[in-house]
Amino acid sequence: MFVARSIAADHRDLIHDVSFDFHGRRMATCSSDQSVKVWDKSENGDWHCTASWKTHSGSVWRVTWAHPEFGQVLASCSFDRTAAVWEEIVGESNDKLRGQSHWVKRTTLVDSRTSVTDVKFAPKHMGLMLATCSADGVVRIYEAPDVMNLSQWSLQHEISCKLSCSCISWNPSSSRAHSPMIAVGSDDNSPNILAKVQIYEYNENTRKYAKAEALMTVTDPVHDIAFAPNLGRSFHILAVATKDVRIFTLKPLRKELTSSGGLTKFEIHIVAQFDNHNSQVWRVSWNITGTVLASSGDDGCVRLWKANYMDNWKCTGILKGNGSPVNGSSQQGIFNASLGSANTSLQNSLNGSSASRKQS
Amino acid sequence: LCFPCCTHSPYSQAFLTPSSSRVFVVRRDQDIYIHTLRKLFNESHGIFMGLQRSEEELAGKSRKAQLVQVSKNYRSVIRACMEDMHQAAALKLGPAFLQVSILSAMELIWNLCEILFVEAATAGPLLLRLLDWVRLHVCDVDSMVREVLSSESPSKHKLFWNVVDVFVLQGRMDEARHLLSKEASANPASMNMYKILDDLMKKMPVPSLGNTQTLTELELKWQHWHEECQRYLQDGTFASNPHMESICKILLGDEDAILEKKELMTTWYHFLVTRLLYSHPTVKPMELRFYAQSSMDLFLGGESSPEPLDLILMAAFEFEMHQVIKECSIVLSNWWFVAHLTDLLDHCKLLQSHNLYFGSNMREFLLLEYASGLFSHHSLWQLGVDYFDHCPQFGRVYLELHIERVPLSTEQKALKVLRICEQRQMHEQVRSICKIMAMKALRNNRLGSALSWSIRAKDAAFATLISDRFLKDYCEKGCFSDLDLIDNLGPSMLLSDRLTFLGKYREFHRLYGEKRFAEAARLLLTLMTAHIAPCSFWMTLLTDALPLLEQKEVIFSAEQTYELMRCLEDLTAGNPDKQKFQDDDVETTKVEMLRLALARNLARVIVKEGTVEGS
Repeated sequence: MFVARSIAADHRDLIHDVSFDFHGRRMATCSSDQSVKVWDKSENGDWHCTASWKTHSGSVWRVTWAHPEFGQVLASCSFDRTAAVWEEIVGESNDKLRGQSHWVKRTTLVDSRTSVTDVKFAPKHMGLMLATCSADGVVRIYEAPDVMNLSQWSLQHEISCKLSCSCISWNPSSSRAHSPMIAVGSDDNSPNILAKVQIYEYNENTRKYAKAEALMTVTDPVHDIAFAPNLGRSFHILAVATKDVRIFTLKPLRKELTSSGGLTKFEIHIVAQFDNHNSQVWRVSWNITGTVLASSGDDGCVRLWKANYMDNWKCTGILKGNGSPVNGSSQQGIFNASLGSANTSLQNSLNGSSASRKQS
Repeated sequence: LCFPCCTHSPYSQAFLTPSSSRVFVVRRDQDIYIHTLRKLFNESHGIFMGLQRSEEELAGKSRKAQLVQVSKNYRSVIRACMEDMHQAAALKLGPAFLQVSILSAMELIWNLCEILFVEAATAGPLLLRLLDWVRLHVCDVDSMVREVLSSESPSKHKLFWNVVDVFVLQGRMDEARHLLSKEASANPASMNMYKILDDLMKKMPVPSLGNTQTLTELELKWQHWHEECQRYLQDGTFASNPHMESICKILLGDEDAILEKKELMTTWYHFLVTRLLYSHPTVKPMELRFYAQSSMDLFLGGESSPEPLDLILMAAFEFEMHQVIKECSIVLSNWWFVAHLTDLLDHCKLLQSHNLYFGSNMREFLLLEYASGLFSHHSLWQLGVDYFDHCPQFGRVYLELHIERVPLSTEQKALKVLRICEQRQMHEQVRSICKIMAMKALRNNRLGSALSWSIRAKDAAFATLISDRFLKDYCEKGCFSDLDLIDNLGPSMLLSDRLTFLGKYREFHRLYGEKRFAEAARLLLTLMTAHIAPCSFWMTLLTDALPLLEQKEVIFSAEQTYELMRCLEDLTAGNPDKQKFQDDDVETTKVEMLRLALARNLARVIVKEGTVEGS
């Protein structure tokens, strides 16, 4: 069912984040060894490291790609209280022969006074924009007004979330019916029952981001958060990685019904909650149609979640940390009915061939 | 502490789970599946498209016949694929072996669905179809049959009676009788018994496909025949030959006698059909479920439990179409089967009769899943486009999302993707793809390519930017790159002012090169007076005017010369960097030279224009 390729990442310390580019042919990893590596996929499916360089003076927590309309651009954030934007420079011909490329720093964003825990580019229809969040609870939104000049970024918004932030997610919806929206997760550990997920929405009238919602039911530290891609739905779907996996729907209520002028209020429902990891869930990630959610947890497994046509969410696959499926747990079972034959050797060869398909 | 992390890749639906030193890129192995089943996917695509476009106006029998043909086409494609796989399996090429059994199961299920749902065989023909079905799919005994038939003396072969039994169990009366005749001639003592048995087998009433008899007639005949068999058995006619006696019992539909031959039937559904043949040949479709359940129970006998395949077939016998689809979706690791089968059933208007909303959603749900899977393949994604086209609710948005992510590895591929988007008026995707290509070209300093992509994207801002680069290059190097492109801009020149200027400026150079000085001069002037040229470029333009001013022949008219002078004064007077102008020696010299040239030209042209012709 699954084939895993293992890449020796060669980071000298823990890897904290891994991110595919828009087309899935490039990958970036970042590590506590303060560097970022970029990997390119060759025609035959092998991954080669085409760049590796020191990016910060502290652990690099996250790395993320901009939309290819803006070129080959990465952003990274670090314990060293900065976030940085990088651009790939088309190298000299002998570099190309060696399969190496160079990345140069275009800007350093130094406004944070604490570790910057996440950095994410905004959806492309908003221009070249990114958001960072920090351990001191501040979300900052920057914009590069001239997309051809990546060294000029201006701080457009500073949002004080009052709780230490661990993750952010932009709502990818480009529908005119939806204002820009960003979800912020907090890993604040102090004993309280404050909402650890906040939703901020851009208000066209005040030209500022204001808090639209707080998910009151999420009171445990949140490690990751992700809006699902929107396929023309009127409502939003948000996945939260906390002590379990949770999926929420947010249905915008009609604006006339809201008290604060111009801000949407939402009807929030939890459509799924899974504690299968039986431990902290660290990441959640959507596929491009927002129909499959992947989650990873401290149990060392990655789980895939999918809704059937009745909108019921179920687990459709489990992978162990080494990329192999957990036996007997996946509902995508191998069709091993032997068509009535009592021939045991046929059964064995069926099992054998499925195992041999896993490459390592 | 290591925090396991995962992320999705858009293209190959993979994700990563890094530990401290390793990153795992995991793919659904459907990629391998896709590779080995390419032909199946390609050919079934053709059948699918044919079905979508087929005549809906055809009603009743002709429509049904059409749909049955579509079903048969799908099955023949599956069989063809199995043939290919067999070869690969024989060579022990990995996954092929597994694929053959999966394909075989798929064809088995599809065939049954065709009989029960698409053709909706009625009592009578139903049994015949089921017999064909069993004969086609239970092949474990084929080698044994061949062995006995090809031996020198079949009746002496130790497996002789097994083969006779196989024929009887499958209702292959002629073949059974033929073999028995060999036994009779080799064993004259049993001639009497043989003649009787042969006669019974010959006379057995079976349903016919034509309308030659009604069910009632058949049932009556069958009842008489059954009683006749009963009499012979009870008279002890076959008592001395256990084999023949057992055959007679089978003819009488004796469950125990049939079950004794379990090994020869190998499956409970074979047992089911044999039972029906010899106890209830006029079985109605809706009665199948009871016989199916009891057959499975009797056959498995509590020794083993049903496999996924068994449950799927059972659901079919119970006419639980949705259950069949659901079970297949769970058990098969690809969406091909359920997507195409459900689509066919939907065209048979079978799903709608259950629940309109639910039914039509399921067809689309499965097609979306299947087509999405195709997009992970570097060439089969093109088939996916057509499937999305036929999903009325979400097809378009799914296509928009997927097509954007197709890696634009070559210009050819990008153009292919663009054509698809343009045909469907997916303007945003067109713009985005062109922008991505333009950006890529620009980064690699391929200005011509970048320019054509931005023109295609109708991206005025980007076109302006690239035009500026061209102009900058010209100023630095003194020549243009990508002349072909700029010369043939045509109406797209109007996309941006800067682009228009670039085109016109190049035209000026061309005119000059062709020595069409008067036209060149006019154009040059227009570029400034009509404000097509950016102010930053005026100095260059005026400098370009110098050679024209210094031609032996006077080119600029008096009026034109005044215009040029005015432009020069506007440039130097209104220039905020007046200081710069005055300090920069090169600039100052240029301005002085221009003033001189303009003045000289003015002098000459006044004289020329004032002179009467011919005198």
